[in-house]
Amino acid sequence: MGALLQVGNLHAWYGESHVLHGVDMSVGEGEMITILGRNGVGKTTTLRTIMGIIRQRRGEIRFAGRDMLSVPLHRTAHAGIGFVPEERGIFASLTVEENLLLPPVVADGGMALDEIYELFPNLLERRTSPGTKLSGGEQQMLAMARILRTGVRLLILDEPTEGLAPVIVQRIGEVLRKLKARGMTILLVEQNFRFASKIADRFYLMDHGRMVADFPVSELPDRMTMLHKVLGV
Amino acid sequence: MTTIFGIPLQAFLGQLLIGLINGSFYALLSLGLAVIFGLLRVINFAHGAQYMLGAFVALLLLQYLGVNYWLALLIAPLVVGLFGALIERTMLSRLYDLDPLYGLLFTFGLALTIEGTFRYLYGAAGQPYSVPPSLAGGTNLGFMFLPNYRGWVVVVSLVACLGTWLLIEKTKLGSYLRAATENTVLVQAFGINVPLLLTLTYGLGAALAAFAGVLAAPIYQVSPLMGTNLIIVVFAVVVVGGMGSILGAIVTGYMLGIAEGLTKVFYPEASNIVIFVIMAIVLLLRPAGLFGKDA
Ligand SMILES: Nc1ncnc2c1ncn2[C@@H]1O[C@H](COP(=O)(O)OP(=O)(O)O)[C@@H](O)[C@H]1O
Ligand SMILES: [Mg+2]
Repeated sequence: MGALLQVGNLHAWYGESHVLHGVDMSVGEGEMITILGRNGVGKTTTLRTIMGIIRQRRGEIRFAGRDMLSVPLHRTAHAGIGFVPEERGIFASLTVEENLLLPPVVADGGMALDEIYELFPNLLERRTSPGTKLSGGEQQMLAMARILRTGVRLLILDEPTEGLAPVIVQRIGEVLRKLKARGMTILLVEQNFRFASKIADRFYLMDHGRMVADFPVSELPDRMTMLHKVLGV
Repeated sequence: MTTIFGIPLQAFLGQLLIGLINGSFYALLSLGLAVIFGLLRVINFAHGAQYMLGAFVALLLLQYLGVNYWLALLIAPLVVGLFGALIERTMLSRLYDLDPLYGLLFTFGLALTIEGTFRYLYGAAGQPYSVPPSLAGGTNLGFMFLPNYRGWVVVVSLVACLGTWLLIEKTKLGSYLRAATENTVLVQAFGINVPLLLTLTYGLGAALAAFAGVLAAPIYQVSPLMGTNLIIVVFAVVVVGGMGSILGAIVTGYMLGIAEGLTKVFYPEASNIVIFVIMAIVLLLRPAGLFGKDA
């Protein structure tokens, strides 16, 4: 199989509580995948388990052919996976630029700092302010920008448009398309269905801790009634 | 004779200097405690023992190897820092997933073990450590006589505090440290070796304590229990400054040292408890400490 990320029969727990019940999915090199699903079905947990943040897990996670289950958390990024968490994770005690420079470069091919500032001019302007003094949209840009430096092959984003104004959402869409054009593989969790339908190649639909459907963007029109029912939108 | 608030100026300045000296040690030690607590969430009860170890390493280096003060000032923090790193890696690191109380109990037990061992080996009595010849004597400042060594302690501890602050606030390593203090898991997910960072931090804290211990050796006597009394006061300093605040620990250290010195001038009976009285007041009015963020 040529998939960059291969997840098979993945289970995960928070203490006693069994949250992932056999997730199967695969992400091809250069693909942009969106996971859809109602609140609480396990989307964030799936991403955190792939990253290795949740260690109570069983099943298969392969990245570029390598078994990731035995890789310690601080080596996941070095394997080539970058993570933009749902809560953004901007550090208050670091300046914008320190936030930007925090994640170590793990491979060649990441963006140079100049290039990043060109893509996000706001960050250049505010680079000496504390990271959390930025607006929500700017913080999301910063959370994405700092991963782009690192040269990872797979970018994992958890609801990047959550709570942001339409202009900012549009801007995030542009950035993601630009990244895809550069060959970046992107795995995205998104509640904003309209946003996702404009940028994704393929969708997974998640329910009760497993994937219940998998279809390309071309099948989207035929699936609308089913999606509306499952997502309750 | 010149007086200030009815007190002879000489006596006033003399106590101010003693306050500044004590404050230097409070600042160095509470700084180390704050750095360790900030990242490891461990209240390092072994800090006083590590301070004592620094003084003892200097003393033993001199007695057995003829190593002078200046070299000891480098070697002792290094030795104690490595010892701290070893303790963290092999023992303390196993406790992070447990209740924070375990870290406190472990370091408390460690302090008792170290201090007990040294008392068994060297007795409880203090041993003198001479002031290095180049810093012997004193300088007449016109308004007071300043022993050179005490002047040196004030200056060098200020430099060490400032250096540590710069390391944490202005360097790459410091940005890892600050970020990991806020969100350990995310920093680790970015590919930073946080377990190593924790080891380094504990080693750095222990080294700072040992540095203070070497500085203290010529002023106080070197004894196995020299850290025991001091560390209680230093904990009060940390509480007043606010747990985990680096700058708060430094400023509060000097402030309380001076407050203690001045109390000796104006109301000597209270000088031993003034820091604890201040601690009680601060806890009542600002439980997070003077520089702490309200949780
Ligand atoms: N830290 C946690 N501890 C215990 N249960 C959790 C934790 N985080 C999430 N859960 C539970 O796991 C389930 C999946 O959550 P999550 O993955 O965050 O869902 P989603 O991202 O799809 O909204 C939910 O039932 C949630 O309550
Ligand atoms: Mg979620």
